[in-house]
Amino acid sequence: MEKMVAALICLPFLWAIIPAVIHKSKVRRATVYVGGALVTVLSICTCVMWYRNGGEAIVFDLPYVEVFDKLILVGDFLLMGLVIYQCIKHKKTVISLLSIVQTLLVAWMELFGPEVTENYRLRFDWLTLIMVLIIGIIGVAIGIYAMGYMHGYHIHHHKELKDRRSFFMAMIFVFYGAMFGLVFSASLVWMYFFWEITSITSFLLIGYTRTQEAIDNSFKALWMNLLGGLGIAVAISYLIQVYGTTDLYDAIDIAVANPTYAALVPIALLAFAALTKSAQFPFSGWLLGAMVAPTPSSALLHSATMVKAGVYLLIRLALAMNGNYVGQMVYLVGGFTFLSASCLAIAQSDGKKVLAYSTISNLGLIVACAGAGYQETIWAAVFLVIFHAVSKSMLFQCVGAIENTTGSRDVEDMQGLANRYPKLAFILMVGIAGMFLAPFGMLISKWAALKAFVDAPSTLMVLFICFGSATTMFYWTKWFAKILGVSDKRDRDLTKPNEYVSMFFHAFLLIALCVGFPYLSRHIIEPLMMDMYGFSSPVISEGNIIIMVVMICAVFIVPMINYLITRHTVDKEVLAYMGGVNSGDNKNFNDAVGNPKELQVSNWYLEDYLGEKKLFTPSVIIGAFIIVVHLCVIIGGAL
Amino acid sequence: MNTVTLRIIFAVAYVVFAPVIGGLLDGLDRKISARMQGRKGPSILQPFYDMKKLLEKQFMSANKIQLLMIFTYLFFVILTGVLFFAGFDMLMCLFSLSTSEMFLVLASTSTHSPFSTQGTHRELMQMMAIEPMLLLTAVGFYLVNGTFMVSDIVACSTPTIAMAPGFFLGFAFILTVKFRKSPFDLSTAHHAHQEVVKGVTTEMVGIEYAATMLTEWYEMVFLLGITGLFFLTPNPLSVVVGIVAILVVFFIEILIDNSSARVKWQLMLRMVWGVTIVCGGLNLFILELINR
Repeated sequence: MEKMVAALICLPFLWAIIPAVIHKSKVRRATVYVGGALVTVLSICTCVMWYRNGGEAIVFDLPYVEVFDKLILVGDFLLMGLVIYQCIKHKKTVISLLSIVQTLLVAWMELFGPEVTENYRLRFDWLTLIMVLIIGIIGVAIGIYAMGYMHGYHIHHHKELKDRRSFFMAMIFVFYGAMFGLVFSASLVWMYFFWEITSITSFLLIGYTRTQEAIDNSFKALWMNLLGGLGIAVAISYLIQVYGTTDLYDAIDIAVANPTYAALVPIALLAFAALTKSAQFPFSGWLLGAMVAPTPSSALLHSATMVKAGVYLLIRLALAMNGNYVGQMVYLVGGFTFLSASCLAIAQSDGKKVLAYSTISNLGLIVACAGAGYQETIWAAVFLVIFHAVSKSMLFQCVGAIENTTGSRDVEDMQGLANRYPKLAFILMVGIAGMFLAPFGMLISKWAALKAFVDAPSTLMVLFICFGSATTMFYWTKWFAKILGVSDKRDRDLTKPNEYVSMFFHAFLLIALCVGFPYLSRHIIEPLMMDMYGFSSPVISEGNIIIMVVMICAVFIVPMINYLITRHTVDKEVLAYMGGVNSGDNKNFNDAVGNPKELQVSNWYLEDYLGEKKLFTPSVIIGAFIIVVHLCVIIGGAL
Repeated sequence: MNTVTLRIIFAVAYVVFAPVIGGLLDGLDRKISARMQGRKGPSILQPFYDMKKLLEKQFMSANKIQLLMIFTYLFFVILTGVLFFAGFDMLMCLFSLSTSEMFLVLASTSTHSPFSTQGTHRELMQMMAIEPMLLLTAVGFYLVNGTFMVSDIVACSTPTIAMAPGFFLGFAFILTVKFRKSPFDLSTAHHAHQEVVKGVTTEMVGIEYAATMLTEWYEMVFLLGITGLFFLTPNPLSVVVGIVAILVVFFIEILIDNSSARVKWQLMLRMVWGVTIVCGGLNLFILELINR
């Protein structure tokens, strides 16, 4: 077991070197495929092995753990050096201070601080299992997609940019390694190290194109994530000073056993770090800025990795957050972000931006669920993490492929996509359905979250969820309707086969997850509940499961049956009503002087009411306000 | 008689009788409206004659995919009602209802018609306006009765209205939007002389329009069913009270329809969300204080 996990964490880091040094496109592609396959197989094998060993939570150390400890210490300083170099190079020296302070703090505490009780560094339980599978399967599928996408990106669309694909693929592998390390870590020092790697790798990925905009946005991501890192660093030193431990689970146990302000301080700091990582208001800016990067890195950051690290940590902390001020801070920020980000999504017509806001909004719901810390909400949160990872990764890949093919990712330009590129449209529709339609993942999670917050009780949260789901429905439905509209005949699809392999795999996975969700709930999520809470009651009743299955079938089968019924209906083709000024087809009309003009129908965006200019800054202020007030209360209480 | 049989009887009764009740109510609506406007009005059975005529019409269509979407819309509304009258989870009913609405939207945008597109976006706006109150209504039932299951809500001895008057008011308010009655008849109207012509239904002809009408009847019976549920207890007399309440609410809707002018969507959104927060939110807050 130890060896498997060691291999799982180290292999991606080492494999990253291979694409980095090979510059021949074809050879590099082969190595990426092999590396990706190895990572997936290894992650699945590790999980299966653990499952067959009885599925008990285990703590352990890697072989040669002292070497790893030293490596991590050196690694911290290397990362600091990298940040300082980048900051000076781009004249943003102030940001490097964040890195210097936290690295020195952790290193000093480790080397010269009080004696720390020796604990195992790693832990493997049900939540780890889920995260490993998400990273190993979804993450790798994105890597496969990236090979095809980056080819088109450099060869067909962005000839002006320097081709740094070797670097790009290497960074993706580093990301896998860091994420695996992060979800296995029980020691906060280890977790901190991997946390910093994800922050800095995402910084490098966002700045990939080296345009001014990309550099600015990458530094925005850097300082926000380093701020979160600082939170962890302070939490570590606090824990060492006060409790003589660096173990995450010790910290949680202390806070659960005796929820005084003093014990809550490290929990609050860790939760703060998680909020920056999962891009909640006021830290949403970095995720939106991340859009300048090529699509695979957006997909990677938004779905399987980066942002999931934040919610992963929050779900871990859930037990210690139930019913106190830390929990209140987290669920209020989450609930507020759920509503405001979905309002902001309405005003966007750039497909990727809609996806970005919907990511933030969805993460808000997950964060709110984790913050509440009840058994039902954790159940909902874990489900959301799984469904969101699959649907969002698929949607990003699809929008990327659409952009490569049509040259635009604007929702308005997707008019009638179903006619022009049926395959891409199919993927897009399954993805959108997965995000909001009734029988899919969102529904069960919303159901559980609503019930839990009514029980909590929290009036504000119930209102956030009710209004948030209304606005969510608005922006998805109008996008969905656009795809099915009228359009010209079919066009040439430039999407590469490896992109399709990844996308259809996701679509299949999503449908399988929907159909298999009662199984998933019983065999994976309920043991997880058992682990965390010591008991597990079925969150959703048998009756509702039956209804859900009926609805899942209905959404797929009813339109199909109706298609068969209506296929042979004799109809007389007529023109749409245009007040009598049609000029021969549904796409043109005669204007006032009798000349044919193209008819364009456009969606509502309500820019004046819900635009970024209007809502973004207030949202940041409110988010910051909630966090500052709560942190003041908690830290002030501890003093 | 065991509960399963009872559930099946109610579900079947809904599927069979809802169109009849919906049609009659529609006829009643026209009759009362006409009397309010000083006209004699059509026969109360007129909606059924209309339906028959629509079904006999030649099927003309701008995009055949529309028919498919409308049938799916019909299916999901029926599913919603069946779930409700068979006594299942109320939140599930509402989720199924919003799924059905999506198919209506897909149906009307599929034709690229300017009028129906305009109507669709207004319809979307109406959906967004009422969704929070719909969900809150379910939450209200849950808070008062401790369950989302309709069958258990009916079995509680105090009527829900006693504890949830705010939820009831909020729900009654959104019915105006849901029935597309003036002042909230933004997306379509019963008269084709308006600026959006017939809005969402502009492109629906013959069988398509017949199916849409049928769906609206089913939907109306489901929504009035929720209205009645506020009053139901195991006491048989409560059924009478429920029916009276439904008729009163329905009459008030007609009165509002005939005495107000259409508003813009901004005002509609503000009014509906305002009422949602004031009636629903306040009632929710008070109930949570009591339960604490």
